[in-house]
Amino acid sequence: MARLEQVMFEVTDQKLNPQSAIDKVAHESLGAILVFIGVARRFSKGKIIRHLEYEVFREMAAKKIAEIGQEMRDRWGLDRVAITHRVGHLDIGEASIVIAVGSPHRKQAFEACEYAINRIKQTVPIWKKEVTEDGEFWIEGEFSV
Amino acid sequence: MKVKVKLFARYREMVGRSDMDVETSPGTTVEGLWQALAGQYPGLAKMGDSTLFAVNQEYAARSRELRDGDELALIPPVSGG
Repeated sequence: MARLEQVMFEVTDQKLNPQSAIDKVAHESLGAILVFIGVARRFSKGKIIRHLEYEVFREMAAKKIAEIGQEMRDRWGLDRVAITHRVGHLDIGEASIVIAVGSPHRKQAFEACEYAINRIKQTVPIWKKEVTEDGEFWIEGEFSV
Repeated sequence: MKVKVKLFARYREMVGRSDMDVETSPGTTVEGLWQALAGQYPGLAKMGDSTLFAVNQEYAARSRELRDGDELALIPPVSGG
């Protein structure tokens, strides 16, 4: 199956479209496509959130996401992975990240997808600010400051 | 020598700018420059232990020696996803 050269790992200011992530990884060799969608939540530790602002170190973030894609290839042999992280202003319910993992079998897809989102939260230079009814708070790791 | 410092998120807001050129002596390490910045911006000093650093867009140890023209990014704990 021919495939156009596509950007599999990116950071964007635009709304995310999970279907386009699925389309990027689709291939006749796959038995499973697992899609993880992170969404902007209304509630956070007792606070009511109005919207989120994501800031990014753009050049480095794209590189770190691509490295995670490479790790998934090395560990699970998966080469049909698309990861897009959105930055900027996000309204509640909008997707902040879409990860699509194509695999011949589901087990590897589940493992690799969880690995990917965990690694992203550890290594990719992106920061979330919660704009709440009580003020604005940067989230640093697990903590709100 | 000159090093370009990049600031993000809370650090950017604390210092009031997203990047700056800093003059420093050859042989300065990441840690050395961080200490100098923390002296200048007390808000940063409190963040010491949890800050990570990237030199030319790769994570770098505090002992890394900086070179003229390097870009040093101060990386607060990340919270993407």
